[in-house]
Amino acid sequence: MSSVISLTDIGRVFIMGDQQFEALKGVSFDVSAGEFVAIMGASGSGKSTCMNILGCLDRPTDGSYLLDGLDVGGMSTNQLADIRNNKLGFVFQGFNLLARTAAIENVELPLVYAGLHAKERRKKAITAMEQVGLAGKESNHSSQLSGGQQQRVAIARALVNNPAVILADEPTGNLDSSTSEEIMGLFTNLNKQGITIIMVTHEHDVAAHAGRQITFKDGKIISDNQTSRTCQTGLTD
Amino acid sequence: MDFLQTLKIALRALRTNKMRSFLTMLGIIIGIAAVIAMMAVGSGASYVISKQIASIGSNIILVLPGSTTSGGLRSGSGGAQTLTSDDVKAIMAECPSVDKAAPTVRSSGLIVFGNMNWSTVLMGTTPELFDIREWGVVSGRSISQQDVDSAAKVCLLGQTVAENLFGSSDPIGKIVRIKKVPFTVVGVLDRKGQSPQGQDQDDTVFVPLRTAQRNLTRSQLPNSVGAVMVKAKSEELLTKAEEEINSLLKQRHRINGGKEPDFSTRNLSEILAVAEQSSKAMSLLLGAVASISLIVGGIGIMNIMLVSVTERTREIGIRMAIGAKKNDILLQFMTEAVLLTLLGGLIGIILGVGGATVVSNLLGWPTMISVQSIALAVVFSAAVGIFFGFYPAKKAAGLNPIDALRYE
Repeated sequence: MSSVISLTDIGRVFIMGDQQFEALKGVSFDVSAGEFVAIMGASGSGKSTCMNILGCLDRPTDGSYLLDGLDVGGMSTNQLADIRNNKLGFVFQGFNLLARTAAIENVELPLVYAGLHAKERRKKAITAMEQVGLAGKESNHSSQLSGGQQQRVAIARALVNNPAVILADEPTGNLDSSTSEEIMGLFTNLNKQGITIIMVTHEHDVAAHAGRQITFKDGKIISDNQTSRTCQTGLTD
Repeated sequence: MDFLQTLKIALRALRTNKMRSFLTMLGIIIGIAAVIAMMAVGSGASYVISKQIASIGSNIILVLPGSTTSGGLRSGSGGAQTLTSDDVKAIMAECPSVDKAAPTVRSSGLIVFGNMNWSTVLMGTTPELFDIREWGVVSGRSISQQDVDSAAKVCLLGQTVAENLFGSSDPIGKIVRIKKVPFTVVGVLDRKGQSPQGQDQDDTVFVPLRTAQRNLTRSQLPNSVGAVMVKAKSEELLTKAEEEINSLLKQRHRINGGKEPDFSTRNLSEILAVAEQSSKAMSLLLGAVASISLIVGGIGIMNIMLVSVTERTREIGIRMAIGAKKNDILLQFMTEAVLLTLLGGLIGIILGVGGATVVSNLLGWPTMISVQSIALAVVFSAAVGIFFGFYPAKKAAGLNPIDALRYE
């Protein structure tokens, strides 16, 4: 099975004045195509740092990171921006949509930076909106959408460039439980279509939707559980 | 990312805060409007001056008789009758840098035709004057050398005089009475307009020099003349001609050592050049004041752009996470700043042109709006945008996406 993500001995040291803080200590794991992984852990456990590195927003101080077969470690800032644009899709806790901007334009945004033409952008964005069940809401501004709908727009935005991995950082953190269920249902659905998802969460019932739970503590992985359910789906897909 | 998209994003950002965008632009608007209006008024003024220079004729030196002292009162230059027709002939003959010289005698009086009369300036002169001043006739003929030699009782009317005495009828060949002496009108001069001193140059009647000396001025010295107009052979020879005239006349009038000369020379083009220069200096000064307002406006734009960058830190973070490069962010904020200044510049140009038009209509000041000044305004406002937009844009582009995303 091909690895979409391969982390080997990743370390991340923050230097604040004369103090050093090791946020990650020799973290290694692989994620295969079509997996749905939940990264868990208490705050300060290093899961966010790991997520930033996975998202190419931060660079590890140690170890190597292969994303879709590419060594991301030695890349320049601009190259990393391209990687984020082509290979990754982000879903954030706070939705992070552009205010006063139509939903469809938010979804189109990654394609704008990819340099696609307006027609092609619109076509792809409409498809992504349909995928997340928001057909017909294209011209609504984010303020006219509910929290769940906003998160769907964000997911559509993450999907639109056909990424290798979708990274979701506490995607249900700002949502009530029934909406959380909806969003997790959507993620599960997308995963069934073969999309690789890595999600950071500290809620066990949310993490239960994932086929694999990696738990961090003090910058190290303390457990890596593979539940049979998604593993099977991953295999059958 | 294509530029059209960047432009769209910038336009949207400006539209989002319409009032703020407008207030930010205000500095640039005022600055550009002021620069345009100042340049229009300034170039209008120098246009008028250069027209006046052309109306006098080029390369002209004025030789004035000296002052007279009677009973302790000095009369000022031109008061004494120290210059003669012979002096003029000598200037023409002996000064190599002099092209032509024309004596004038000046008087004023009533000119009558039928039941119409008009008080005007009477000027006796020789045909050279009209060459020197490049002043032609619109109808009839000018004064000839023969008229001067024979002291013919003929006259040449300025436009204002012709209009006031004859209205629309043709004055050529008519007999008018100047100071009760009958004269035949031989021609009407072209319109010359105002002199640099604001006098109507067309309100003059010209007669042959000798006729004036005999019949109009009735001076005790029949050969004396008033101001003499001299034309130098070229602009370069102007100063040289002035020196030649000075030394010639000193010699002729036997003025040596520290004795004060009984005549004076004035270089008219020089006086006007000074006037033009001072008007240019004035508009330059006003322009400098206006540019200060542009700089202040630019600082205002930088200030607002910095606020905007802080306000939109999260947006910048989102854009970066999604794949915007540093240059995309830099360009976005630069475009916004330049758009602000360019828009302000355009509004300023409209206001400046409008203001200049209002000034010229209401106050009667001449204004000239040049294409260069508008082009300069556009370039300058764009430059202000680039200069003052760069720092905030650089700051935006330098943000760390992780911190930017977490920014509240």
